[in-house]
Amino acid sequence: MSTDSRLDTSKVATSNRTDAATASKGSPAGSLASWADDRLGLATAMKKNLRKVFPDHWSFMLGEIALWSFVVLLLTGVFLTLWFNPSMGHVTYEGSYDQLRGVGMSESMASTLNISFDVRGGLLMRQMHHWAAMVFIGSMMVHLLRVAFTGAYRKPRELNWVIGCILLLLGTLEGFTGYSLPDDLLSGTGVRAADGFLKATPVAGSYMSFLLFGGEFPGESIIPRLYIVHVLLIPGLLLALIAAHMLLLVYHKHTQWPGPGRTEQNVVGYPMLPVYAAKAGGFFFMVFGVIALMGGLMTINPVWKFGPYDPTKVTAGSQPDWYMGWPDGLLRIIPSGWETVIFGYTISWNVMIPILIVPPLMLVVLMLLPFLESWITGDKRDHHLLQRPRNAPTRTAVMVALMTFYGLAWAAGGNDIIAIKLDASINQITYFIRVAIFVGPVVAFWITRRWCISLQRHDNEKLLHGYETGIITRSVDGQYAERHLPISGSSAYTLTARDRDEIYTVAGDTDAAGVAAPNSRSEKLRAKLSSWMYVHNVQKPTRAELEEAHHHAEHEAQLQSGLDHPVDGHQFDDHQLRNTDEVPLRDH
Amino acid sequence: MSNSSHDHPVNGPDGTPVTGGGAAESTPATYDSSHVPAHRESEPIADPGLPPHQWRPTDVDPRLEKRAERQIAAMFIAAMISAVLFVVAYFSFSVGDNWDTFAGMGASTVSLGVTLGMSLLLIGIGIIHLARKLMADHEMVEMRHPAASPQEDRDATIQALNDGLDEAGIGRRPLVRNTMLGAVGILGLPAVVLLRDLAPGSTLDVSKLAHTIWEPDMRLVRDVVGTPILASEIEVGDLINAAPEAMFPTEENGYRELEGAEEQAEKAKGAIIIVRMDPDDITPAKGRDKWTVDGIICYSKICTHVGCPISLYERTTHHVLCPCHQSTFDLADAAKVVFGPAARPLPQLPIKVDGEGYLVAQSDFTEPIGASYWEREKQ
Repeated sequence: MSTDSRLDTSKVATSNRTDAATASKGSPAGSLASWADDRLGLATAMKKNLRKVFPDHWSFMLGEIALWSFVVLLLTGVFLTLWFNPSMGHVTYEGSYDQLRGVGMSESMASTLNISFDVRGGLLMRQMHHWAAMVFIGSMMVHLLRVAFTGAYRKPRELNWVIGCILLLLGTLEGFTGYSLPDDLLSGTGVRAADGFLKATPVAGSYMSFLLFGGEFPGESIIPRLYIVHVLLIPGLLLALIAAHMLLLVYHKHTQWPGPGRTEQNVVGYPMLPVYAAKAGGFFFMVFGVIALMGGLMTINPVWKFGPYDPTKVTAGSQPDWYMGWPDGLLRIIPSGWETVIFGYTISWNVMIPILIVPPLMLVVLMLLPFLESWITGDKRDHHLLQRPRNAPTRTAVMVALMTFYGLAWAAGGNDIIAIKLDASINQITYFIRVAIFVGPVVAFWITRRWCISLQRHDNEKLLHGYETGIITRSVDGQYAERHLPISGSSAYTLTARDRDEIYTVAGDTDAAGVAAPNSRSEKLRAKLSSWMYVHNVQKPTRAELEEAHHHAEHEAQLQSGLDHPVDGHQFDDHQLRNTDEVPLRDH
Repeated sequence: MSNSSHDHPVNGPDGTPVTGGGAAESTPATYDSSHVPAHRESEPIADPGLPPHQWRPTDVDPRLEKRAERQIAAMFIAAMISAVLFVVAYFSFSVGDNWDTFAGMGASTVSLGVTLGMSLLLIGIGIIHLARKLMADHEMVEMRHPAASPQEDRDATIQALNDGLDEAGIGRRPLVRNTMLGAVGILGLPAVVLLRDLAPGSTLDVSKLAHTIWEPDMRLVRDVVGTPILASEIEVGDLINAAPEAMFPTEENGYRELEGAEEQAEKAKGAIIIVRMDPDDITPAKGRDKWTVDGIICYSKICTHVGCPISLYERTTHHVLCPCHQSTFDLADAAKVVFGPAARPLPQLPIKVDGEGYLVAQSDFTEPIGASYWEREKQ
């Protein structure tokens, strides 16, 4: 301890505190906190964070669903491990379920049936675990879309976006390894398909398959190996990355929607203690409760109906869990015969393209989106205010194009189900998707971008001419017109609280000495892409334009003030004071 | 921002401001704004600042406050009741023999799920209700800070890094540096080699993919019961799922007992389908005219795409469809692919009839069955 002049040496010290002991009686929570701080020294970090501000918006809750469903997965998963036996040893089932009694199966299947029929609450926990997995992955996807559509992935949050993408990949793999564990007929078919994917890998494919399965498919090792990956390896990675995701969230502070008083420099919302902690904590119970209701009321993965795995059997309508559906769909729409033999070695394009090439490529594209965008726009500033999807038409359209690709691939993964439900030809559906998977995203991109730009125009109309009141008036010469009224000041500010887009331009192909500027080719590409991205966007009105429009409105009000009754329409639209040379503000 | 709840206008319940000062005024003068978009000043509409705080009914009306308290407590009490009912349901219902008594899902699962779910939901809704109605709802303003460290910290870190590297002297001693990197790098080798015995010994022999258990004169037997199949008992239009007789060893047939992984692997590779069609319907395949018996023709059951067992047979067209990815094979035309992602026909098993009229194999398949793999054509 330093020689602190305030130290009162006249008393015998009973602690090494540097300030004099006081007799103040704190609250129990306060004394517990000081006991802890004497040992951990957390007060310095906590003084800011206990009242840390989190902005409120319904869309910020989506990631929270993912977080809480992951907690439910950990809780229900631990319960299941107490009875599940990840062994491929052969046993004869003798449990409560009549239809399978006396049937030979692996111990993992038998213990799954045991959990389902002989452990009270076991089936509930199994179904909650499976539903929570679906909620986990589904909410991660929707959260990802929210982040992308609002531009929340821009600097400084690009790395958190990358972590999120990896979480989605890990969640998907975790789901696959999990639903393969019961060793039932449906999941076994999936594992055999996965074996086919491994074998399609060039050069080392056959060896990868043999090493994973401990010999030739199916072997006796795959279930225990998937088990340890499912309960230790991937959950460990998920936990670490979720922690990193949350720490970065706290460090960057949450993004917020622009509005009066909500700027790039601040964050406005409720303090963590008590409001946000209560809302988030209460929401955990709600997510948990909804998953418990789902587990109790909705059957999922009834492995007892599929029966144990038998490599010679298969069921019609075999499908993976929905989040694995899109690569499976790509696998289904590859045309016949895409396989080449070069120097006697087989290259299975029909498996490699849909499984080994396109999905990893899509993931890389997804991860690169914020980096590509900031390279094209040249925007290196921090962004903490969210953008409405309409105000980034190209980004929104790119995301919708990707969603369309995903959706069509996913639909292809259910082409047999669609064929049955719609009584349509599976061949026709497949032919359709083969074309649509290329055309659909392009069409979706174009429609979305035009739609966004129209919405931007609509916003400007509202700013300049007010909102449509729905009051229709008829003038003396028989014209009908709708009355417009100005929007409130705060709505108007919120609509204008966005940046003007700046198209990136190349300064010059050559420098002063006539030497070609470095990177001029990539700079030109960048300028072209930037123009492609922004050129059709509608920019917010300038102050002068707004003043001009307001002047018109005020003028209208002035004319109106001379009358003894209020005017509810565009009675003065053709008044002489208006400059008739200018383009009419509205066509009517 | 220890007092940031007072950094914006707050109105008393009567509507008069109780503390002054807008959010904009609370910006510290030292705040570095160079990292955020610059043209805020030139906005067409000036930021009107945070709107005044609106008091909630529960803030101003003690009756409503009490009512909210009662609502929240009622939810917590109902949650307790639900939790007790969970325990009652746990001991009242067993799963085993009544798993589908209620709505096809079992009284135990349904009642446990509903009571647990309601208990959790009521706690959650109660807490959120508490937060929304009774906890203070003053929005607070917190200033952001650049994600980057201050420049002097960066410089100091770079300096420390350079000093450290300098003192280590690794850069000046390439021999040490390179051998060290090499030594650490080569540790990858033991790490990879250690994985070799994931498939120990001869189990890693990938040439096994090229062969199945089929051999000359092995009988084709029904896949569940293992009984041999008389050529004469198959009608035109039939499809039979069959297996090699060796999968059903008896003292009589003398086949070796298979166990565990070996049995499963042979079962996975040896599965076949037998169909009988009008011999005139069959498009003769080159060199295979002796592989069939009176229109009885036998193919591997394992799809050449990724290895699902195929089974959906349409007798009028002689097409068989894989339920996994819809590859469709024309069994009348050497099982060529007519639709779907598969690239190769199903391998055909040459068959004949033995002395007792039973179907037997002439040999093993003449090519590897199932999914394609890199060395397939080499084996």
